[in-house]
Amino acid sequence: MAADSVSFGLRAGERLGVVGESGSGKSTLALAILRMIKPPGRIDAGEIWLDGVNLMTLSDEAMRRVRLARIALIPQGSMNSLNPVMRIKDQISDAWRDHGLAPSRRQVEERVRDLLESVGLRPEVAHMFPHELSGGMKQRACIAIAISLRPRVIIADEPTSALDVVVQKQVMETLARVQEDLGASVILVGHDMGLMAQFVDRLGVMYAGRLIEVSPVRDIFTQPLHPYTEMLIASLPSLEQKGTFRGIPGLIPLLRDLPPGCAFHPRCPHAVDRCRVEEPRLREIRPAGWAACHLR
Amino acid sequence: MTTLLEARRVTKVFGGGLFDRGPTLALDDFSLAIDGDRPSITAVVGESGSGKTTLSRLLLGLTAPTGGEVHYDGRDLQAMSRAEWRAFRRDVQVIFQDPYEVYNPFYRVDHVLTTPVAKFGLASSRAAARALIEDVLRAVGLRPEETLGRFPHQLSGGQRQRVMVARALLLKPRVILADEPVSMVDASLRATILASLRRMNAELGISIVYITHDLATAYQISDNIIVLYRGSVAEAGDVALVVKQPRHPYTQLLLSSIPQASAARTWMTENAVASAAVHDAPGAGCKFAARCPSVVSRCREAAPPLFQTDRHRVVSCYLHQNAP
Repeated sequence: MAADSVSFGLRAGERLGVVGESGSGKSTLALAILRMIKPPGRIDAGEIWLDGVNLMTLSDEAMRRVRLARIALIPQGSMNSLNPVMRIKDQISDAWRDHGLAPSRRQVEERVRDLLESVGLRPEVAHMFPHELSGGMKQRACIAIAISLRPRVIIADEPTSALDVVVQKQVMETLARVQEDLGASVILVGHDMGLMAQFVDRLGVMYAGRLIEVSPVRDIFTQPLHPYTEMLIASLPSLEQKGTFRGIPGLIPLLRDLPPGCAFHPRCPHAVDRCRVEEPRLREIRPAGWAACHLR
Repeated sequence: MTTLLEARRVTKVFGGGLFDRGPTLALDDFSLAIDGDRPSITAVVGESGSGKTTLSRLLLGLTAPTGGEVHYDGRDLQAMSRAEWRAFRRDVQVIFQDPYEVYNPFYRVDHVLTTPVAKFGLASSRAAARALIEDVLRAVGLRPEETLGRFPHQLSGGQRQRVMVARALLLKPRVILADEPVSMVDASLRATILASLRRMNAELGISIVYITHDLATAYQISDNIIVLYRGSVAEAGDVALVVKQPRHPYTQLLLSSIPQASAARTWMTENAVASAAVHDAPGAGCKFAARCPSVVSRCREAAPPLFQTDRHRVVSCYLHQNAP
């Protein structure tokens, strides 16, 4: 079970972050929203609602039309998801044809130019191949594809994990700008707490396939509710004070061999007997602040 | 001061062959000295393409410099006798970035620990070897009974990387070169591995060269820092000085680009800084000139040398040539 009973709501125009370490189920969650879990994996239960429609009830064909047009994905390492033998222009317009649009050649040229401009790429890029672009440029080209049908939701899965920090900042600024232009919501999936702190409005923290805390991002960094969130933040090296970071003892549990009760209890300094037997549910602890912890 | 490991004006050029687009200058006139008397942690920080990997290969003697020399204990690595080379390979240990690729999946993890014991004759009996291995595993926070006898895939990335640190410790080295040791390890385990490096420096007197792209961890564990930009030193010196009051425009750009994990949102509100253009500035001049917000005509004519701006810092930028 890679992601278990994860529930949250996403507001229009909101930036929601989902943070977790490797194996926490964050990428699975992103793919599940798009119903893109590959066999033998499957979505066992649950509902995904978008503007009043339960995506789980759609036919495969209807779901295919939702992807990109309503919910777009900027995949992990998306610089490698571009087709190496297709020009950028064709990769963008490919999606339009796939969604039943038949723009004329002139329309394609114009629309591609506008899209590239909106992500800060020069018009010449339209006629280039991916290998002619730098990592940051490829990532922006992927953003251009993702926004080409003006989606309501953009899911970005570690969109900058392979980029240098200077380029990362530029790519995130680009994403923020196009999101505001479209009025779309963003789900940013990743492991970088710094990036989350600076980009999202609300942050969900995943541990061992479960969402263990969801709070407005400012609250998370001033007063985290879950001990794991608190220790994760304390493990981050800061540029402010020296010698303040410390790791979380113990190991991340294997998903096929989870401890009983709260999955975090073997590493939690506050664990009590109840934590070892009963799994805590996500509850609203303070306004807009949700956590799955018996001690709250 | 006796210098233990030293790079003297090292330059490394790749390519330039018949079908190449031209030679690539991976490292340009680079110098570094690790003091043998006062063990320290020196961080080398740079983005991709800055020459970090080339530097680590040069310091390990895995590749020969095009110009300049790398010395260990006063001897040029390229001119060492067999016995000297053997001593060097024992005294200078390395921890690589990828804790997945360094293991042979067919061997138990014990293999990476027993091999150096056998090769360097570190123990006189099997029992002594076992005791030694258990000691170093405990030193990095691993329980020997949960580690030995397992195959690599049965350990997490963090555990594997700690076994690598333990392996380096086995040989009681004088220098450990850690090349991005935590970039593939999860956040919650990163701190533990870095703390063990810190402890090895403080308690065992091992000097550490920490090569990384991450300024925050460099700031946390090192004493000195060298900021590389495209094969050249942009700024170097005391880590607190460089991080708290960066002088080189590149160091400033790098620091302002790091998203900080705090409630204060300052990251995207700052004015967009220098462009990401990575085109080579053709010919001479400062390599950062094309992206520098404070560039003047002089920067494009000749590359700036390292100016001493404080007692414990040098900066390669004309803005600081008249520093006290």
